[in-house]
Amino acid sequence: MTTFLATDNWYDLRDLANLSREILEAADKILPFGVVYVLAAVIGFVASFLIFVLPSQLFVGVYGERKLIGRIQSRYGPNRVGPFGLLQPIADAIKLMQKEALTPTRSDRLVMYVAPIFFVAPAVLLFAVIPFGPNMVFADIPVSLMYFLAISSLPVLANFMAGWSANNKYSLFGAIRIVAMTISYETPLVMSLLGAVVISSTLSLQGMVLWADEYKIWLGLVQPLALVIYFICVSAELNRTPTDIAEAESEIVAGYLTEYSGMKWGLFYGMDIGYALAASAFAATVFLGGWTLFGLEKWVPPWIIFIGKTHLFYALFIWTRGTLPRLRSDQLMAFAWKFLLPLALFNLFIVVTERMIWSEEGYDKAYIYLFAIFNILVSGLLVFAWARFNGYRPDDVPTRPRLVKEARGYVPLGENE
Amino acid sequence: MDGFGVTVAFWILAAVTLVAGGGVMVSRNLLHAVLFLILSFIGVAGFFVLLSAEFIAMAQVIIYVGAITVLILFAVLLTPRASRDNSETVWALPGMLLAVCLAAIFLFVVHDTQWKTVTDAPLLTTQDLGHALLGTWVLPFEIASVLLTAALVGAIMLTRSAEEEAEDALA
Repeated sequence: MTTFLATDNWYDLRDLANLSREILEAADKILPFGVVYVLAAVIGFVASFLIFVLPSQLFVGVYGERKLIGRIQSRYGPNRVGPFGLLQPIADAIKLMQKEALTPTRSDRLVMYVAPIFFVAPAVLLFAVIPFGPNMVFADIPVSLMYFLAISSLPVLANFMAGWSANNKYSLFGAIRIVAMTISYETPLVMSLLGAVVISSTLSLQGMVLWADEYKIWLGLVQPLALVIYFICVSAELNRTPTDIAEAESEIVAGYLTEYSGMKWGLFYGMDIGYALAASAFAATVFLGGWTLFGLEKWVPPWIIFIGKTHLFYALFIWTRGTLPRLRSDQLMAFAWKFLLPLALFNLFIVVTERMIWSEEGYDKAYIYLFAIFNILVSGLLVFAWARFNGYRPDDVPTRPRLVKEARGYVPLGENE
Repeated sequence: MDGFGVTVAFWILAAVTLVAGGGVMVSRNLLHAVLFLILSFIGVAGFFVLLSAEFIAMAQVIIYVGAITVLILFAVLLTPRASRDNSETVWALPGMLLAVCLAAIFLFVVHDTQWKTVTDAPLLTTQDLGHALLGTWVLPFEIASVLLTAALVGAIMLTRSAEEEAEDALA
């Protein structure tokens, strides 16, 4: 792993782990036992706030999302507070803190109070296993991919607690919807990630980055179908707008957040962005090669490359949010079980076969590029063929806005003809 | 088990798991009981981490916390009269008796067994687990998966009503 680092000196900012290690080792000689852990926590907090939380959560997450969606919808977006409206997220936070957090009288007070806290904790835990650089990973455990999946299945329980405790019918609708959706979309999500695991033969996120660096190819190119399925599934689980049926304003007020106000609501809102960022960071690590960029990581600090990739993937979330209309609840369910799950299974079958062939050829590097080209072609073909098999047909480009009733939606072939 | 941190973690996890387990029994509200159950599952996952069985710990969280409790929540919510309180039943006394008997048997077995202790056990990794599951024990593994698939299909067949069948036949 040291080949990426020209030096291990503290001034080598290509890996911030060098600097923090020097500081902590020097402090350990002066300070009494145990205090150095507190110092490590403070350094970690300040550093992660400056290099990741502030630019990502506030400027890309809140400001960038509002600004980009504004441009997509031909309006300005926030432009009043500070230069270019950059201080808007801070103004929002101050406003939220001043607001009163109401609790309905008939609600389950304790559960309603605990739910936002239970929602925030996993978002922070998720970043423990994300490798920001060669040595910049907090917990390099061998099963970090499974750790990520396990922790990311917790927030749905907080959502459920929030929806149920409010003692409001719309909240309960939202809670049931999000739980049903998470169960449905977890299956194709895990199946698609299994493809990535099979081809890189590791469950460690750092190991996947090193695999991408060794074979000089991103896993997203070898597993394009897995990347697409992961993106759709994760945006459904995160409750992002094309699939946010759990808090659909036009159907069920605000879903599980109906009775929340003030900073309790703010925690849910802020951590939704935190989860989206964590999912982007995970996708950047698994599918986009993490902190490597074909040799550039030797010149540019790897953590800047990694954060750039994370923001790039997050922009995809914003893009889909700004352009796609919301789906209906039953459409989403059918899509997960009838479309994504079979595709993920096909993908898994293909990748396992390729892995067998590859192991018989002695893991020759040339084969992985062959597999990548083959998989990109086959993925497109599979999506098209499975859609035709299920009776969906490509709609012709509409020349004027049409009602769904008029266009008859995506009806199976042979109906209403 | 040695080291200050490991010992502290063990006692904290033990307290959390036991208190949550007690909460499952004591709480009158069914949904509170389920939430306590989740907490005790998370505590058990922590024990697996302490035993350096990371894979099992993660599987515990994914399967028990992520899937099974969510199914329990669904079952509770979709059952009529689920919102009623857990009141006293005639089964309280026999249930307590059974629990005490079970606890006595467990304690007896744990206390009386000559536990084998190995000083330098080989550290098994997730890779070894995978080789064992898909190499040595592939047949039982596959039989279990076929059984689960059959159960899945059977559940779908059972829950479909005659009206739904008719609707699908038309479409």
